[in-house]
Amino acid sequence: MAKKSFREAINETLLQEMRRDPTVIVMGEDIAGGAGSPGEDDAWGGVLGVTKGLVAEFGRERVLDTPLTESAYVGAAAGAAATGLRPVAELMFVDFMGVCFDQIFNQAAKFRYMFGGKAVTPMVIRTMYGAGFRAASQHSQCLYPIFTHIPGLKVAIPSSAYEAKGLLTQAIRDDDPVMFFEHKAMYDEEEDVPDDPYTIPFGEANLTREGDDVTIVAIGRMVQFSNQVADKLEADGISCTVVDPRTTSPLDEDTILECAEETGRVVVVDEANPRCSMARDIAALVAERSFGALKAPVRQVTPPHTPVPFAPGLEDLYIPTPDKIEAAVREVAAA
Amino acid sequence: MTKTIQAVTMPKWGLAMTEGMVAAWHVEEGSEIAAGDEILDIETTKITNAFEAPGAGVLRRQVVAEGETVPVGALLAVVAGADVTDADIDAFIADFEANFDAEAAAAAEGGGPEPEVTEAGGRRLRYLKAGDGDATPALLLHGFGGDLNSWMFNQPALAEDRPVFALDLPGHGGSAKEVGPGDVAALAAAATDFMDALGIDRAHLAGHSLGGAVALAIALDDPTRAASLTLVCPAGLGPDINMDYIEGFIAAGRRKQLKPVLEQLFADPELVSRDMMEDIIKYKRLDGAVAALQTIAGAAFAGGRQATVMNDQVEAVSAPVQVIWGTQDRIVPAAHADTLPPQVEVHRFDDAGHMVHMEKAAEVNGLLTGFIAE
Repeated sequence: MAKKSFREAINETLLQEMRRDPTVIVMGEDIAGGAGSPGEDDAWGGVLGVTKGLVAEFGRERVLDTPLTESAYVGAAAGAAATGLRPVAELMFVDFMGVCFDQIFNQAAKFRYMFGGKAVTPMVIRTMYGAGFRAASQHSQCLYPIFTHIPGLKVAIPSSAYEAKGLLTQAIRDDDPVMFFEHKAMYDEEEDVPDDPYTIPFGEANLTREGDDVTIVAIGRMVQFSNQVADKLEADGISCTVVDPRTTSPLDEDTILECAEETGRVVVVDEANPRCSMARDIAALVAERSFGALKAPVRQVTPPHTPVPFAPGLEDLYIPTPDKIEAAVREVAAA
Repeated sequence: MTKTIQAVTMPKWGLAMTEGMVAAWHVEEGSEIAAGDEILDIETTKITNAFEAPGAGVLRRQVVAEGETVPVGALLAVVAGADVTDADIDAFIADFEANFDAEAAAAAEGGGPEPEVTEAGGRRLRYLKAGDGDATPALLLHGFGGDLNSWMFNQPALAEDRPVFALDLPGHGGSAKEVGPGDVAALAAAATDFMDALGIDRAHLAGHSLGGAVALAIALDDPTRAASLTLVCPAGLGPDINMDYIEGFIAAGRRKQLKPVLEQLFADPELVSRDMMEDIIKYKRLDGAVAALQTIAGAAFAGGRQATVMNDQVEAVSAPVQVIWGTQDRIVPAAHADTLPPQVEVHRFDDAGHMVHMEKAAEVNGLLTGFIAE
């Protein structure tokens, strides 16, 4: 076992699953790094180098550089999945997903249902999300709540390199379409990741911290921030449970409710826009099902309901930070 | 009385340990101590255990207070003769602290033994080697569901005198997950393949639980390979096995399910830590791990009984044999030791369970090093 970055963990997963199963293919914009430029095939490996090395081992039959037409290649991936391949399509920034909603919402997500269970759609769409990159409002959104809203899609949001490998392996082997969200600020973060393949089941939340006073439910990158807060507050006598749902669809409601009832105090941390977000969804779940156990109102830590600002100072204010999470936890702990 | 001043420093137990907390002092300042005395308890994220005095003298100073956490290599206490002045002790501590660099110590530790991988008998086997020299090596074999970290409290003590190899049996830890038929004979053949691959003709074998049966099978199959046998709560000496444990271990996918299963391993269930459970769950997620455990359980414990029982063959083992058992063992009953011939030394610990080599590490280390040195 060695320390690997989030980026390396994803790269290794793609490599291992392509070796294991010849029906696994990858496709996307620039993922081989420059179609038509001889000698420069693998110069890029995607906009942030995640698919580097794949074309060298598997060739252009299985590593497809696509034109800049998400609607075409995401549709092609859905069709390929329904007819026997396991495509992993990379859609650079989740912000661009709008042009292929029909292919995802009405086709891939519905095949199993509309064909009476006679079709499966083992397809993964990998995509980058999240703010903090000074990339402005069209390259910084989270948008996973939109996909979580659609029955038939599974949505995985890994919170670390170890989680990324296990969840992506599961996503590729899964027979349903999976939206796989990678926070662009996390690619260089390292931790111990086993060399051998492994899977983390969907719909099984992980408790990254266990405490008695406050439950923090956090999504993706916010899990790390919440862990930092939990460690800091432990010294001040406030002990926190941190719940990482890992997948927002399926959502491990049982674990969230169990922790909410054990502590009676809940903070939900979500980097997505607040309206119709996971924060709203989880807060409503807890309020409806565990109301009797609550000792304080559920608090949500989210950005304001605005586009992600381009001005660096404003972008920093927009993103939920450990300080904001800490303030919310202290508030519910004192209530 | 010697004028030497000895530093007692935070040990490194297991590959992942970077720091430890002083949970309790057992010896007051000014007390005489002998090498091997348990002088304090150290708590890591994985487990709490007693720490033995590395040398004899007077415990002159407790440098770290109870409840404090310090990095591996940090000064915990000073042992010296009664004739050493307080000023000399103060100077020694000041000098140590001035030269101690936690990051450098951690980096140096990181450069210590790391697990390695070898190809043996057509499969990948992972092992950890510690210690060196010409003395007959020792080979440590963990039990069902365990791995080389099972020996984290024992391997360093043994490695002071000889090379010590802790092996991941097939299906376990970082070794390949193909286990063949998965019975005791197949695991013994894999361990022998490992010895061949590393050029180890003969070794002191120590096996825990299922690894004990494996060690015994190696010695019976080819007496030239075993210099001695230490069987810790071993399988292979009787028919009984706690199938609730075996099946629970295989089935548990989450910490909450695993906890009551693992608590059966220890006399003190508090020893089951979050990290211990997390490591096991991560192992079980690896491709092929659960299938390997199922194959081994189906072969070695078919029908809820141990399939390979060798207690009536122990007399035929030419190498010296000792057995160590926690009488509160809830996995393999300690009564299995009652059937052994008189030449086998049996050591029982009343306040320990199946993981006696962890719960009574100091005592077990004493028995291991003493027995092997003979």
